[in-house]
Amino acid sequence: MEISLDLLVNAIVAGLLLGGFYAAVTLGVTISFGMLDIVNIAHPAFIMLGSFITYAINSAFHLDPILIGVTMMPAFLVLGMAVYQIYYYAFERRGQESIQGLAFFFGLLFVGEVALILVFGVDYRFVEAAYIGPSLHFGFVELPLRMLVPFVVALAMVGLLQLFLGRSFIGRAILAVAQDRLALQLMAANPSRVKRIAFGISIATAALAGALLIIIQPVEPSIGRDYIGRIFAICVLGGMTSIPGMVAGAMLIGIAESITSTFYGPSWSPAVAFGFLLLALAVRPAGILGR
Amino acid sequence: MSAGRFWAVSFVVAAALLVLTRWQIQNEYFFFAGYVVLQYIVLATAWNILGGYTGYINFGTAAFFAVGAYTAVVLHKLTPVPVPVMIVAGGIVSGIIGLGMGYLTLRLKGVFFAIATLAMAIVAQTLIVNWDFVGGARGIYVIRPQHGPLVGGYIQYLYSLMLLLTWFSVAIARTIERSRLGLGLNAIRDDEQTAEAAGVPTLRLKLIATTVSGALMGMSGAPLPYYVTYLDPSSSFNLSYAVNSVAMPMIGGMTSWVGPIIGAVLLGTIQQVATVTISSALNLLIVGLLLIGFVIVAPNGIVGLVKPRHRARGGR
Repeated sequence: MEISLDLLVNAIVAGLLLGGFYAAVTLGVTISFGMLDIVNIAHPAFIMLGSFITYAINSAFHLDPILIGVTMMPAFLVLGMAVYQIYYYAFERRGQESIQGLAFFFGLLFVGEVALILVFGVDYRFVEAAYIGPSLHFGFVELPLRMLVPFVVALAMVGLLQLFLGRSFIGRAILAVAQDRLALQLMAANPSRVKRIAFGISIATAALAGALLIIIQPVEPSIGRDYIGRIFAICVLGGMTSIPGMVAGAMLIGIAESITSTFYGPSWSPAVAFGFLLLALAVRPAGILGR
Repeated sequence: MSAGRFWAVSFVVAAALLVLTRWQIQNEYFFFAGYVVLQYIVLATAWNILGGYTGYINFGTAAFFAVGAYTAVVLHKLTPVPVPVMIVAGGIVSGIIGLGMGYLTLRLKGVFFAIATLAMAIVAQTLIVNWDFVGGARGIYVIRPQHGPLVGGYIQYLYSLMLLLTWFSVAIARTIERSRLGLGLNAIRDDEQTAEAAGVPTLRLKLIATTVSGALMGMSGAPLPYYVTYLDPSSSFNLSYAVNSVAMPMIGGMTSWVGPIIGAVLLGTIQQVATVTISSALNLLIVGLLLIGFVIVAPNGIVGLVKPRHRARGGR
């Protein structure tokens, strides 16, 4: 099989753009799973919720999807805080977060997907915006705007969050609770309050990620399942707590998927992320991952 | 009751149930629905061996189940063999996959193990989707014979096989539970490091648990092609099998062999009734909501509500 150069370069570029989007998707899980140790396996459900709300508002009022995504974020922040509150009262206080918490989020993932099916049906939904369709051309390299715009927005969100975590007071409290919860309590801060805000932030990122998703591709409710593996693969590859590491992992998986899809066929691409994940988990066991 | 006595008594109960239902019930739909409920009892019991006894949550039930189904498809296409042989073959192949999964996920704990099992299910699904011999993404049609080898229609025959398989898997689960193997698995669940330090051969026991669990799941999937007559990867690898096989033992109670039966009968029946009376998407919603509700309110399941002798230790 001869590999033509422009096909390869285009695959890599598409992979990079995809990777940027994957970074936005995984950002929330890096916070909730990497930093807070909450196994939010239901994160894709919140992303799908964001996508479908974006679709609903876009088809009714013709607003720009990214605008819708950004305005959804405060609502999702509150939603995330509520979900954390339930999780905290039911599990964290009792110290049973391992099995029961996992089952809770698994059930939430499922309930989310089925609720979306009941409300929106199983048809593929898409949004309309000015930048879906045209692409930029640099020689033989093609940059579709529907991937470029989410790429830019995604990286902007990641960068802003990184700044927030490093510079602001609450952000540093979140980093503190990730490092040492007891020490935070000794500093007279309430760790569960900090965790609640952090979890809310992680769900808020899901809102914007959902809006970006429906720009990139048409969505239907069960797409969320494909993302479980990708999200956790990227989180694990990136070293769990490090956001720059997560971005690098996202790019890696994006490129790997894009190349597999271009040269071996798209039916193999779901296995790529999961294969990476299995490799990463088999080679670097849980205890050594970047903490 | 000793293990041998339990096998005998439960066999008598199962045989009596079989004779009674086959003889008295004429409505064919009962056997369709009953097959599904029995299949879920086997899946829940098999899941519980790894999940409830050993404490390792497996989200990849669909992988073993669908591999069992596709083993039957491969056999069906190569040489026609009777369904019991397919069941055994499905069990063997899924058991081997369970062993492999055990090796791959050796050092993973908790959520990493769960996600790895999910990854394995997706990888298995992708492999099947790209394998043209068993139909790939198009799926494959399997013609169901008109009559079973014994008296009655084919669905009644599959139902009988599934009832016997249910007896078998429940008996195995109880035997494991009351044996030294079960004690070792419980020790792994409670505190793996301490168990290792106390001399429990954790690796070997974990491999046994994954193999037995996988084999039983594969056995329950083997008659599926004849039951549905059209098999395709997206339905056989469906995440709903994973949710159900997690929800049923959790709702019924994970600490004993009774729990999965209670959970499977309860949830399976609710789902069948809901599918017929309301809508088929709604039954998944019910399972998810029940799972969330029970996990919050009754973490030890129905068995835990009835006899609270085994409390999960907090703060591990």
